[in-house]
Amino acid sequence: MRRISYAEAINEALHQIIAKDTRVFLIGQGVTSPWYVGSTTMGLIDRFGPKRIVDTPTSENGITGVALGSALAGMHPILCYPRMDFMYLAMDQIANHIANWHYMFGGQLSAPVTLWAIINRGGEQAAQHSQATQAFFMHIPGLQVVTPSTPYDAKGLLVACAEEDNPVVFIDDRWLYQHVGEVPEELYSVPIGKGIVRREGKDVTVVATSYMVYEAIKASEDLEKERIDVEVMDLRSLKPLDKNLLFTSVKKTGKLVIVDGGWKTCGVSAEISARIAENDVFRSLRTPIIRVSLPDTPAPASLALEKIYYPNAEKIIWAVRKILEM
Amino acid sequence: MKEEEKNLPPSDIPQDILRKMYVAMVNIRKFEERVAEILRSPKKEITTPCHLYIGEEAVATGVCSALRKDDWVFSTHRSHGHFLAKGGDLKALMAELYCKKRGCSKGKGGSMHIASSDIGLPGSSAIVGGTIPIAVGAALAFSMQDKDSISVAFFGDGALHEGVSYESLNFASLKKLPVVFVCENNLYCTHLSVAATLANPNIYKKAEAFGMHGIRIDGNNVMKVFKVAERAIADARAGKGPTLIEAMTYRWFGHVGPYDDLDKGLRSKEELNYWMSRDPIKVLEKFLLEHGFMSELERDQIHKAISEEVEKAVKFARESPYPDENDLLHNVFKT
Repeated sequence: MRRISYAEAINEALHQIIAKDTRVFLIGQGVTSPWYVGSTTMGLIDRFGPKRIVDTPTSENGITGVALGSALAGMHPILCYPRMDFMYLAMDQIANHIANWHYMFGGQLSAPVTLWAIINRGGEQAAQHSQATQAFFMHIPGLQVVTPSTPYDAKGLLVACAEEDNPVVFIDDRWLYQHVGEVPEELYSVPIGKGIVRREGKDVTVVATSYMVYEAIKASEDLEKERIDVEVMDLRSLKPLDKNLLFTSVKKTGKLVIVDGGWKTCGVSAEISARIAENDVFRSLRTPIIRVSLPDTPAPASLALEKIYYPNAEKIIWAVRKILEM
Repeated sequence: MKEEEKNLPPSDIPQDILRKMYVAMVNIRKFEERVAEILRSPKKEITTPCHLYIGEEAVATGVCSALRKDDWVFSTHRSHGHFLAKGGDLKALMAELYCKKRGCSKGKGGSMHIASSDIGLPGSSAIVGGTIPIAVGAALAFSMQDKDSISVAFFGDGALHEGVSYESLNFASLKKLPVVFVCENNLYCTHLSVAATLANPNIYKKAEAFGMHGIRIDGNNVMKVFKVAERAIADARAGKGPTLIEAMTYRWFGHVGPYDDLDKGLRSKEELNYWMSRDPIKVLEKFLLEHGFMSELERDQIHKAISEEVEKAVKFARESPYPDENDLLHNVFKT
């Protein structure tokens, strides 16, 4: 099959879904800029014009409300936040308005908004240009959260979001943009809420999403040399969470390492741990769970600190070895 | 009030519209009076926080009477008047205040989250200024869809304390969107006066900063509201961009609940008396009677008929079931 990069897959998804569905349009700060969103929006403004590719002032809260209003009136906006740190400015419209809208009015209108949130970290960008806040959005009823790791899923899940009748937070990571993988040329979608086993194994389950899946696979390849057989699971969606797939794997291996690119406290790994702990699958665990995530610390600038701040294959290898010693 | 003087005389408003506006205002008044009565009763039939619209009826009525059914309005925590003026069902509104299953929001919204998408009121927000950008977004959609519908954002003077209102004015004017901003300046944001909260209390003048037309009007004169709204709506529909209307008005009750709150020392009895002497319903009633557009008998009939409808709404609300356990988890997502 044809192989393209993650960034190209997003670009292709946008081209195809905007061409196919007159309800879909792209809005947000920098969507016509050559640098804000990488190469993901290339060619869109020339092809579709300013009516459907709407570059905006920063005004994150206002523009998020605008996207909601357009959705109520029948559109399916894809709203881009080139750095998800800036979504804090829009939390009122996201949490109070978009997420509540369908429920608060007894199920009258829904809010089919895709909130495209880009994690853009590293490079000594420090605390306000490095955050991965997926857990915030998981916490809010009425929102769904997807975190594709492969070019195939990036395209398929973005299309699924645009076709969906409800709000979804689509989170990608600039560290993934150059990764290459097989992507069909035609339009297709990947179902929201379905995880996938990336590598089968019997000794330990490593569950991850987004960029952390690559680090987990890298770790599993190194561990294979030590005859440690790791099962790598990519949840793909954080909400709804494919807990049955997770439970099946945990039942098989009895050991679980959770890897997440966000903070530990009340984070993705905390939620997954809790799902295991409150289910009968808990009895299958032969050791405590280990979590590999960010420490509860803001992102530092210095490269020297960045190197030890972010989770990586090395930390996953350490965690797997540790859990097998338990 | 110089801007106000420039308003066109009301004489060219068709008689049937004047009469309809009178009925609409009395409808809101009688509904709200009945709600206040229920709120004051020890039976506690209504406990959802109600922000009553009494005294401000001319604003919602004047604006909504100049709209088409396929135009949209977005409302606030003080939502009952907008809902009724846009043609919302009395029974569904009363049942929502009772938080019953037959309420317009199925008992999940309460007083501050009133909506009826089929009449063009897709929602009301209890977050101050919250629906202003959403109204702008609906206008953006209408323009993308090549529809000639327009969208109205109702908000209070307190919404001008919120940054999102300025983001919205800027974007709407930048893109020349078909939206009308209607600020109901009732002189108070909860307990604080406009003078205590806005460095420049001339709200209509803020329009100039965004390159749009702003106008201050007497919000207690429904005929003036109608004329100014009609013009702003026509401009929006014609692609000339948004207008900011500042309608000067006053709420007779406190920020929330069924009492005037004079004992709290936040405003004076004289101030309230002044505004009650400028009762928007009396202003139109006097005009209609003086011009022979309505007889006293007709007026009494209108009042009686509306009172009966309000009683039917109370009965409907009382008899409606409460939402049950199955409803709790339903409607989080559209299925």
